[in-house]
Amino acid sequence: MNDTLRLIYNGRAIACGDIPCSDQDRFLQTILEMTGRGWRVSSYCGFPAGEVTTLFCLLASPADGVLGIMQTVCTGTEFPSIAVQCPQVQLFEREIAEQCGIRFIGHPWFKPVRFVRSAVSGQDAWGRPDDQPIQVGVMDYYRVEGEEIHEVAVGPVHAGVIEPGHFRFQCHGEQVFHLEISLGYQHRGIEQLLIGGPHPQTLRQVEAIAGDTSIGHGLAYCMVLESLSQTRPPAAAHALRGIALELERLANHTGDLGAIAGDVGYLPTSSFCGRIRGDFLNMSAIICGSRFGRGLLKPGGTVFGLDQAQREELQNRLATGRAELTSAIELLWNTPSVMSRLEGTGVVSVESAVEMGLVGPAARACSLKRDVRSDYPFGIYRMAQVPIATAHHGDVCSRSSVRWEECQKSLDFCVEQLRQLPAGSHAVELKPLQGDHLSVALTEGWRGEICHLAITDADGRFKQYKVCDPSFHNWQGLAMALRNEQISDFPLCNKSFNLSYCGFDL
Amino acid sequence: MLRALKERLGIQGHRTMAYPDGPVVLPERFRGYPTLQRDLLCDLDGTACAAACPFGALGCSENGLSLDMGKCLFCADCPASSCVGFSNDHRLAVSKREELLVQTNAEHKLAQPLAPDMRKLFGRSLKFREVSAGGCNACEADSNVLTTIGWDLGRFGIQFVASPRHADGIWVTGPVSENMREALLKTWEAIPAPKIVVACGACAIAGGPFSGSPQISLGLDTLLPVDLYIPGCPPHPATILDGLLRLQGRLA
Repeated sequence: MNDTLRLIYNGRAIACGDIPCSDQDRFLQTILEMTGRGWRVSSYCGFPAGEVTTLFCLLASPADGVLGIMQTVCTGTEFPSIAVQCPQVQLFEREIAEQCGIRFIGHPWFKPVRFVRSAVSGQDAWGRPDDQPIQVGVMDYYRVEGEEIHEVAVGPVHAGVIEPGHFRFQCHGEQVFHLEISLGYQHRGIEQLLIGGPHPQTLRQVEAIAGDTSIGHGLAYCMVLESLSQTRPPAAAHALRGIALELERLANHTGDLGAIAGDVGYLPTSSFCGRIRGDFLNMSAIICGSRFGRGLLKPGGTVFGLDQAQREELQNRLATGRAELTSAIELLWNTPSVMSRLEGTGVVSVESAVEMGLVGPAARACSLKRDVRSDYPFGIYRMAQVPIATAHHGDVCSRSSVRWEECQKSLDFCVEQLRQLPAGSHAVELKPLQGDHLSVALTEGWRGEICHLAITDADGRFKQYKVCDPSFHNWQGLAMALRNEQISDFPLCNKSFNLSYCGFDL
Repeated sequence: MLRALKERLGIQGHRTMAYPDGPVVLPERFRGYPTLQRDLLCDLDGTACAAACPFGALGCSENGLSLDMGKCLFCADCPASSCVGFSNDHRLAVSKREELLVQTNAEHKLAQPLAPDMRKLFGRSLKFREVSAGGCNACEADSNVLTTIGWDLGRFGIQFVASPRHADGIWVTGPVSENMREALLKTWEAIPAPKIVVACGACAIAGGPFSGSPQISLGLDTLLPVDLYIPGCPPHPATILDGLLRLQGRLA
């Protein structure tokens, strides 16, 4: 293994020459071997250059805090699929196929991901002609045939104020046999915009990969630049970044718990949480002026610091927020009609969660202890531990209780960090980026693991940049959660995951 | 049931804000209406200032500095900070694209009420179908937040509705990605006339952080006739509400 896989730590850069390049068989065999031992595929991506495509696979160890990276070269337009043996790579293979124009032979579910043209002109994995537009959502959907079977198609425009996506349910009466999710509507071409960077626009673009996760993605990007330039942000910056990341988690978990209450028709918690979520967003605005944390981060540290009065203000607001959120959420657990709707709904088994490579609260609700903050600690989390919250039933109730526990732990964390915020500067100057290096940065956004992988050219500019939002791992989890459920429970199951469309579509 | 009532009467309480009758509370570091001041050290032709903004929001001529709020992302670390500042004024929405241009010593333009016939129809009941077309979910979230109890959009007769058939207007967030263009135009067609268009956020107005990407449009008003421009990345809920209330003629 050691000569196939190069071990690397989160937030570190290595010279491209130090990444072992194996032949195809060995490369694929290593993915199968390592995932068989409990490792996870964090990123699997391809970068075409001339006649060949270089494939990179980033594997994450379950125990000792290390990651492993390896590469292989694909010549030609075909590559073997291992999706049948290792389902967690199925979407990665489709993404590589779409971006690089490579057909994955033996893929059981070989469909486009975002409905865009490949980077290699004239090379399309589905043989679509160059002179005809690619129509989003046009592909072969799975269909269940039979008497009394019907199909429900929803989207891209949905009934609420939410992002677009297309959902197809194969139903027998109320019962859903299969749900297929087709996305790509939000594709803005972010990864292409990053090539040749970092540009002055890049941080703003990264913050908008998923606007509700501005800190999560922005932080991963800052870590990439800091590792490539061997810049060490000061202690105060680490603490402020941690506080911002946890406030982002608090706001989103609170909003979703309220929405879950709304979807089962329990309006008190729905109303209360809708407002309390805003209070957490406003705490981010105290720090940086933006409710979504825009403009707090910069490579090398943070744009803003906190004075004594602001720290006290935040402490007071956190105490009020904790009391009000506790009151709102306790109502859920104490209302039997709510609990009966949450328990046993939208179950994902632990086996499925492992096979699909779920991350974040969705994985933790299936009793998987996966959390970048403790598995591959970065920034402040190297010093301050946040305990991992888990639950064991994999249902909407488990996902809700995990989120509530995480809220409490985030509150504890913020209070503690504000109390002992390090004095001194909150930013240092970024040094020049090293050329021909690869950097990997993982953060734990509120939806789960965010992975940024960057490769620089000889001049220290981005030759390649790959983003993996937690939603990329988890949409399949939502589809599985709907199996054999009532179609009317879709909104409830959906909210318990609340995945990102734009984070997936990039 | 009793417990829910107790929480409501006790710790949760009545929380709808006083705005627009009372002041809106904004954080100290909030970045609102831009203030421009020519940097005395700036080279006289101003090209350096104009080039400082990577999103092309700044311009400089013999008439002084100008800032296009449609392109400005209100960055905390504005590279032209020697001549651009941000006030705490949340009133940014306007009715015409050119009114987004802020100039030194020029009047602060605000959104205008709808024409009298439209105002008669929509002044007290205005329903929107929201379409996120490449949005990052920040504009969507801060539009949606207006429907929570704190802002209580319903008290102004404004509502986001599920079907375009029930709507009086379209509410667009995002830079209109290539893959959403058709769905957006179909939704627009499905709304019965007369109808209005709101461009919410920097992306919808001019592409925002993604301007220049071949995967997005050149601004919503190249596709639809926009009646209300709400700048910001994302706009603060107070900025959005200010625009809406002015459109309805509720704020003078």
